[in-house]
Amino acid sequence: MSMDLLIAICMTVIGAATPILLAATGELVVERSGVLNLGVEGMMLIGAVTGFIVMFTTGNPWLAVFVAAIAGLLSSLIFAVLTLSLSANQTATGLALTIFGTGFSALAGQNYSAQPVELFRSIFPPELVGHQVLRLVFGHSPLVYFSLLMVVACWWFLNRSRAGMILRAVGENDHSAHSLGYSVIGVRYAAVAFGGAMAGIAGAAFPLLLTPQWAERMTAGGGWIAVALVVFASWRPFRLLAGAYLFGLVMTMELYSKAGGGPLSAIPAELWAAMPYLATILVLVLISMRRSGSTSAPACLGKPFIPSS
Amino acid sequence: MIRINRRTALMLGGSAMALPLVGGRAFAQAETPLKVAFMYIGTINDNGWNYAHNQARLALEEELGDMVETTYIENVPEGPDAERVLRDFAQAGNKLIFATSFGYGDYVLKVAQQFPDVKFEHATGYQRADNVATYNARFHEGRAVCGTIAGHMSETGQAGYIGSFPIPEVVLGINSFTLAARKINPEFTMTPVFISTWNNPAREADAARAMIDQGIDIIAQHTDGPAALQVAQERGIVGGFGQGADMSRFAPDAQLTSIIDNWAPHYIATAREVIDGTWVSEDVWPGLAEGEVVIGPYGEKVPEDVVADAERVKQEIIEGTSDIWTGPIRDTEGNVRIEEGQTMTDEQMLTIDWYVEGVNPPA
Repeated sequence: MSMDLLIAICMTVIGAATPILLAATGELVVERSGVLNLGVEGMMLIGAVTGFIVMFTTGNPWLAVFVAAIAGLLSSLIFAVLTLSLSANQTATGLALTIFGTGFSALAGQNYSAQPVELFRSIFPPELVGHQVLRLVFGHSPLVYFSLLMVVACWWFLNRSRAGMILRAVGENDHSAHSLGYSVIGVRYAAVAFGGAMAGIAGAAFPLLLTPQWAERMTAGGGWIAVALVVFASWRPFRLLAGAYLFGLVMTMELYSKAGGGPLSAIPAELWAAMPYLATILVLVLISMRRSGSTSAPACLGKPFIPSS
Repeated sequence: MIRINRRTALMLGGSAMALPLVGGRAFAQAETPLKVAFMYIGTINDNGWNYAHNQARLALEEELGDMVETTYIENVPEGPDAERVLRDFAQAGNKLIFATSFGYGDYVLKVAQQFPDVKFEHATGYQRADNVATYNARFHEGRAVCGTIAGHMSETGQAGYIGSFPIPEVVLGINSFTLAARKINPEFTMTPVFISTWNNPAREADAARAMIDQGIDIIAQHTDGPAALQVAQERGIVGGFGQGADMSRFAPDAQLTSIIDNWAPHYIATAREVIDGTWVSEDVWPGLAEGEVVIGPYGEKVPEDVVADAERVKQEIIEGTSDIWTGPIRDTEGNVRIEEGQTMTDEQMLTIDWYVEGVNPPA
């Protein structure tokens, strides 16, 4: 396999992994606070359509990403009010948010599907972006660097910052955190809002990074992969990074294997397609072996918090 | 205000029956326009399949004016909802109903039984009844024109084809493209990649990247959107083709030409037949000759001699003298599937499940 092809594959893998990494990072923080938001796909679609519309009308990708984050955040607040303030069932509400996001984005995007936009391109000088090898480092959209930065920031926040530890305490034992005087509902609102903003950006990555157009349901299940990745990564940011790139790799290699003759078809496309599922099973088995039955999920995940006093 | 009760309804019916005796057909038409309804599987803004059907509906209104009255419903899934929508259409007085997706078939037949005086037309279907007709278009004729251009213009002699599912319609498109390209360049090869969906732009774009990175410089696709063409534009390869509608807006340099679905002639003719009372249930499969499949404008990149040759192939198909589907045609194993001098029949085309020589068969 030539060097060129290897680099080209890496570029495609990184592109494919970035939206799911962004969304999964947000969902990881949400779940660490003890909330399960299954509305990621819907919030991503709302982010995708808003990002596209802003990009189409202003041509400014930074603004498009920012507004998409706001849109994702606002849509997550619907979920937050229902589940946190009104203690509605999180699973059902999350699914409802996905259905709402699908319909809302289709309505909002009705008159935009016949329009192309520009991609959100690398901000480095063209000689680096176009360089045969260095493009691997410099050739990416700012969204790619942002997604990596957010993984590190998220790790630091959860493991090294006081606020992060409070968030984890809320997710592990909400009543203890409450009796220590922390606002369980307040922390969870903040986490859900962060998750919504990240999902919005992840959605915007579809028209800005992968395919510069708006099409109904264009995230095509990316939100669900993100939700699954959080479990796959056993709620740890760097495992999430590895998982997102692994998923990106197998999804991409399936296509490269189908499209190419030669060495790439040594592993059949079907095997590549099956690999994420095999990997998930393997990881789940490994986790449960090491922790003698525990899945390392936040103890309060998905449970509504109703203060006892 | 006229009160409608059973007696006045009977009187109205009676006078309507008497109308042809006094005023002739034209008068009757002016009084009661034919109500025509369309059921779409996606949105009319998809730039492809549904957009084309809706354009034809507008053309029907334009052409027949007061003689018709049309309605449509978008995003009807191929499930029980389709039956409900069809029944609503029939109860609302529509006398001609177009169901424009393959999966509506069973529901069309079911509702058609309950409304024998309503005419149903099912696109790409195969099941007919006394009041259910089927229609399709010979998209593969357009593929042959695209293949001719690809045969001339490809520098690497390799093309890729993004397919949804390996159903006969898609396989026939891939084969027709390849047969035409190999008439120009006998070394031409074609690699199909199936992505198991009609509409997943990010996946289509990644499939295009995977093919371009491995040496193909022409892309064709049988999915609904312009994603692959946009990648072709971005990467600056020789080019690709619009599918269903002109997509030059998305890829001004990369679109070499496009295959445009033009359902208008069929919709206008069918509505006229229903109005005239000459409609019968049949299966029609028109193509380039009838203007139902149209080759869009050629891209600026396409040299004049290539345009001329593409036009020649188109003309031969229209006149019925084309030899693209005439044997000897071998499959990928080298077996002769169509004997020398024989031409593929419609039956063979509609059930095709093998690839012609030059296609790298999907694993």
